[in-house]
Amino acid sequence: MIPLLLILIPVVSALLTFFLKTGNTAKNWALIASTATLLVVLFALCPLCKLEFDVAWLPVLGSRFSLSMDGLSKMLVLLTGISFPIVFASTYNNNYKQPNAFYGLMLLTQAGLIGVFLASDCLLFYFFWELALIPVYFLCSIWGGEKRIAVTFKFFIYTFLGSLLMLVGILYLYFQTPDQSFAIKSFYALKLSLTQQNIAFWLFFIAFAIKMPIFPLHTWQPDAYEQSPTAVTMILSGVMVKMGIYAVVRWLIPIFPLATVKYADIIIIASVIGMIYASLIAIKQDDIKRLVAYSSIAHIGLMSAVLFSMKSIGWNGVMIQMFNHGINVIGLWIVADAVENKLGTRKFSELGGLAQKAPVLATLLVVLAFANVALPLTNAFVGEFLMFNGLFQYNFWIAGVAGISIILGAVYTLNMVQKIFYGQLAPATQNALEIKGNIQFVLIILVLVIIGFGVYPQPMIDLTKQIHP
Amino acid sequence: MNAIILSALCGVVMMFSGILLKNKSAIKYVAIAALLVLIIGNLFQFYSIYTVDIDSKGLLSFNRTGLFFNTIIFIATLFYFILSGSDIERVGNDVAEYFALIFFVLCGVTVLTSFNGLLMFFVGIEILSIPLYILTGSDKRNLKSNEASLKYFLMGSFSTGILLMGITLVYGATGSFGLQSSIIKSSVTGIESAGILAPVGLVLIFISMCFKVSAAPFHFWAPDVYDGAPSVFTSFMATIVKASGFFAFIKLFAAKSADFGPGPAWQLILYVIIVITLLIGNITAVFQQSIKRMLAYSSIAQAGFMLFALYNTNDFTKDGILLYTAAYSFATIGIFSILTKMEDYSLDGYNGLSKAHPVLAFTNTVFFLSLSGIPLTAGFFAKYYMLASSIKAGGTISLVIIAVLFAAVSVYYYFKVIQAMYFKEGSAQTNTPITSGFKVGLIVLAAIIILLGILPTALLSFYYF
Repeated sequence: MIPLLLILIPVVSALLTFFLKTGNTAKNWALIASTATLLVVLFALCPLCKLEFDVAWLPVLGSRFSLSMDGLSKMLVLLTGISFPIVFASTYNNNYKQPNAFYGLMLLTQAGLIGVFLASDCLLFYFFWELALIPVYFLCSIWGGEKRIAVTFKFFIYTFLGSLLMLVGILYLYFQTPDQSFAIKSFYALKLSLTQQNIAFWLFFIAFAIKMPIFPLHTWQPDAYEQSPTAVTMILSGVMVKMGIYAVVRWLIPIFPLATVKYADIIIIASVIGMIYASLIAIKQDDIKRLVAYSSIAHIGLMSAVLFSMKSIGWNGVMIQMFNHGINVIGLWIVADAVENKLGTRKFSELGGLAQKAPVLATLLVVLAFANVALPLTNAFVGEFLMFNGLFQYNFWIAGVAGISIILGAVYTLNMVQKIFYGQLAPATQNALEIKGNIQFVLIILVLVIIGFGVYPQPMIDLTKQIHP
Repeated sequence: MNAIILSALCGVVMMFSGILLKNKSAIKYVAIAALLVLIIGNLFQFYSIYTVDIDSKGLLSFNRTGLFFNTIIFIATLFYFILSGSDIERVGNDVAEYFALIFFVLCGVTVLTSFNGLLMFFVGIEILSIPLYILTGSDKRNLKSNEASLKYFLMGSFSTGILLMGITLVYGATGSFGLQSSIIKSSVTGIESAGILAPVGLVLIFISMCFKVSAAPFHFWAPDVYDGAPSVFTSFMATIVKASGFFAFIKLFAAKSADFGPGPAWQLILYVIIVITLLIGNITAVFQQSIKRMLAYSSIAQAGFMLFALYNTNDFTKDGILLYTAAYSFATIGIFSILTKMEDYSLDGYNGLSKAHPVLAFTNTVFFLSLSGIPLTAGFFAKYYMLASSIKAGGTISLVIIAVLFAAVSVYYYFKVIQAMYFKEGSAQTNTPITSGFKVGLIVLAAIIILLGILPTALLSFYYF
């Protein structure tokens, strides 16, 4: 019942939101609904809950509406659950035209995301995969920046093409199952020959690689992040890219073990190239949003490299890092948004010395920046440590090259902090004010989570062990 | 048999209603009432409650699939009358005749769903086609409409000639108009063969049918005719007529395809036709500025998908073509009903429609999402069944991947309209005031499409139970 609630609350509240009239009601209602979802998620974390739900949906096709929740799902559902109230709270002061549509679509996205993380039926998974995409398309296209229409269209076509290829793969597997079923158990039980795996592997992988995104399929991402309204960017980079990684862990590798081993090297090398490439570009950026976007590509590249190295310790690291990266990157976006809203620019070259005017913001950003470069005592450290541990077991040289990206990460992150917050007071920052109220509150919560899990990461490590594929 | 008799009678009734009734709207309501009678009559036969039984000497045979297909087509026509009826009134003065012709087309459809031999097949095709030539040219003072009508008539006559030629050859080879396969096991060599006449005849029939359903490379008439005909009738031609053509095509070749000889050669022809149809339909649609013309090309592209049902015949195919017909016809009828209300048919004419008419913009979005095959709309399951039937047969995954790539291309031009309606500023204008009845009709249609997208089995359960 609980998994069903997790999807129903956002869906129902989204549909209601569409019919709300005035602006602030929609805002408050979305905040309440997402907080309610968060409470249910927290309740689901307690060990006694029954976390399965299964009813007939399309019996003729062999598909069931079946949801289940293990450690991996819990981790990501928790991330989704936390992200939405935080996003709503931190952007509370932003006023959108047609707020009811905006918040309704946001909640629909949440339903899609949670559904992706819970579905244990492949056709259902596909449905939620698309449900998460369509509202985002409208969100970015209506409320985005200047070049939004073209950029979002590119993003949409990219991901939709990936999904269609995945659909072909799903159908292909479906007809291989002896009982003609989409259930994850039937898919796991498939005994595919290497030739069969080779084809189907790529059909699935391209969809996931576009979503993550892995080099060279990443080209939609920086533009989409830059042009989307910040609330959507937070969801895109904080939660949505995790769909790709989650899908690899949940579906791709268990179903195609042989093909995974065969193509692991290619994918790992592409991922590592992507990391270095994105880090180098990030160093050159003059815009906070683009910097965070490229930094995000670098982080995701590391996760995908570690995933395909197939070492269990690395996998634990990836799972922890999925959560932590989500938290950290949302924090960075909040800061970027705060800076842009207050000063009207996101360019480093026009900013400087903000710490003199907004010391609290500066302190909080420094913690976030440390977390972004995975310093010890921040949450990201444990994850990255485990990940590199796994990667070293796989191949020393690849791990070495991947390690360079950590150094590069420190370069661009600290460079950003320095240029915006320290040094000469720039003209644009003359009249800056300290952050207050909701933004301060949200950032403090995030920083507490970062430090909390940095000092005591054991609960997360425990969660990663509750996986039963 | 009920539907054949009733549809012909309804046509006659409509002709006379033009003499008796002077009020144009009254004629529309008579047409809707006649259509309801037709639906009920057809359902009577579907549920074996009461059937007018006339011995057709084996020329016609009625099965559940055909009758169910009739029902879908009639319901689509009902929506068409409700949504676009007032636009039919505006085409010209002979409103009753237009409705009568539409009923005669429906009569052709009912023959095509129940033929039991090439003879009735031909008769059905002709009953279906001839009223369309007239409807295409119904906007008498418009040169484009005249041109389209003449073009359609000439090209259609050629293809009918080819069809007749093919039927003759098949008849010559087998000595019968029946649907049974003409493969004969030679008593001397023991090799199964059908001789040369039957395959050649079938290829001719095949070409002629490709023409009727506007599959490339026999599609050239379609964009001009669809563009030139009054928009209301384009809507009818692109949906109901086209789907019926497909149904007959599939029904004929499911029975006859063995005559081509062993599988590969026949499948190769279709493979090439499907790829060309998808290519030409989708790529050309991308460059259209007029929504009406874009829809003409998109209907060619959709034909490429429907041809999948011909490529592999298994239990998915039958469900697939029923679902595809419903999904495609409902969505396209909705889109055209909005299009005919628009002042400007170009893409820019839709700019800012969401502000001026939110209901129209929203339902139009649902229709376009369905045509692109986005999940949670009927179009998804329509495409799903087509792809599934092909993958199930095995060995043709390359064709499926090509189809999927083109489906992604189709998103490009369908979403252009959504972008215009929602993301661009502008003042989209309608040429007539939008009534609330029209809005309700659109909402019901959109709701059906979403319902079919969540539970496609809701439609098919009527068929199976």
